Amino acid sequence: MAQTRKSLLVDPLVDNNPITLQVLGICSALAVTTSLQVAFVMALAVTFVTAFSSFFISMLRNQIPSSIRIIVQMVIIASLVILVDQILKAYAFEISKTLSVFVGLIITNCIVMGRAEAFAMKNPPVASFIDGVGNGAGYGLILMLVGVIRELFGSGSLFGVTILQTVNNGGWYVPNGLLLLPPSAFFVIGLIIWAFRTWKPKQVEEREFKIQSVEAH
Amino acid sequence: MSETRNQGLIARFLAAPPDSVGKTIFVAVAVCLVASMIVSSAAVVLRPVQEVNRQRDKQVNVLQVAGIYEPGIDVQEAFAAFEPHVLDLSTGAFTDSIPLDDYDALASSRDPAIVRALDEDPAGLGDQVYFQMVYLLRDESGAIDKVILPVEGYGLWSTLYGFVALEENGNDIFGLQFYQHGETPGLGAEVDNPRWKALWKGKKLFDEAGDLKITVAKTVPPAGPEFHVDALAGATLTSVGVDNLVRFWMGEQGYGPFLERLKAGEI
Repeated sequence: MAQTRKSLLVDPLVDNNPITLQVLGICSALAVTTSLQVAFVMALAVTFVTAFSSFFISMLRNQIPSSIRIIVQMVIIASLVILVDQILKAYAFEISKTLSVFVGLIITNCIVMGRAEAFAMKNPPVASFIDGVGNGAGYGLILMLVGVIRELFGSGSLFGVTILQTVNNGGWYVPNGLLLLPPSAFFVIGLIIWAFRTWKPKQVEEREFKIQSVEAH
Repeated sequence: MSETRNQGLIARFLAAPPDSVGKTIFVAVAVCLVASMIVSSAAVVLRPVQEVNRQRDKQVNVLQVAGIYEPGIDVQEAFAAFEPHVLDLSTGAFTDSIPLDDYDALASSRDPAIVRALDEDPAGLGDQVYFQMVYLLRDESGAIDKVILPVEGYGLWSTLYGFVALEENGNDIFGLQFYQHGETPGLGAEVDNPRWKALWKGKKLFDEAGDLKITVAKTVPPAGPEFHVDALAGATLTSVGVDNLVRFWMGEQGYGPFLERLKAGEI
């Protein structure tokens, strides 16, 4: 393991981003990015769950029987998610109302499972914790990027503060309704992946096969 | 003595190969036990705080529809001005048969004692809770100033839950507000837009003959502009849903009998 703690934290931001490189966690990225505030809380929740589930799973890694390891990981992840959901309901009621089922669906977020299975089962607790924080932050970074685009052009505001006065409120800006619907996040994430891979060509996957050129008859 | 034996037992367990049957069962049980304890204690410890939040959310909505709410206001104190009553829809009279404290539990479980099947169901409810918790707001002299009536009905994707606030004459609308819905963001969800909600203020439910005329529509109906709320652009089905649910709840199967009595001054 040549990875330093810093690289564990920083790599998932751009070089090994869970959304843009591994293309995981897309479902919730579609659902919670209509407003920045919601995206921010979701990013925090996912970071918390990834970090602590990696930490606890790594602590138990030598004791977990391989035949039931996925179930054990799920139990730990699910408990943390319920904990987050309960805390949000108690102390951030408004936000928990908008996030609704998506907090619960962190359980199915592939990033959490992916880090548990790929990293935490083979590395010591502190490194796993940092890896979890890094991946949560990488997920959060993309969420915020998508959120800025969708909220600014979809509702004319950022963090609920009006930037572009919309027509419905007597202003001039005609909001792009498509950006408030889930499919638009596909386009935005696709464009972000394109931008990242143009910036860092190493991320471009090799083609699985090449198209042969044949002389025309 | 026994402690060292116990330690020996745990140490033996930790050293045992993880894939043995005993270890597998032990790990499964231990993980589930610890996780369930953490989850259930979090749920129990946080429940009172969550309950306060839910209550407060409902109170804030009642205050908003009555036009009293401002950010930073003491919600509980402001809400104390409202007089809650359980209303029997079929007679239009308040009833004491259901204690106020029990009402929320009965309504949220849709207890058969307070639910009836509907013959005509324009609001898409399936069945209707025919005891409703309504709120009266009195002015300084003790006369009724406003009544706050809960409404619900199906829009495009979801059931909309909200409140209608009426003036003391049971005819003039003061406000309408939904506190829970899942309509399309940017289109149907514009039912939350303050500018659209403001359109409701001052509209009338019934014409002089006592017929229900209020409607949400694209064009002004023949009855006149005071019975018309402009439909939401790009949200035809949500607008139709709101139209249906307001007309349903203000009609015979809804608060009709109660509004009759309110108009006659019998409340």
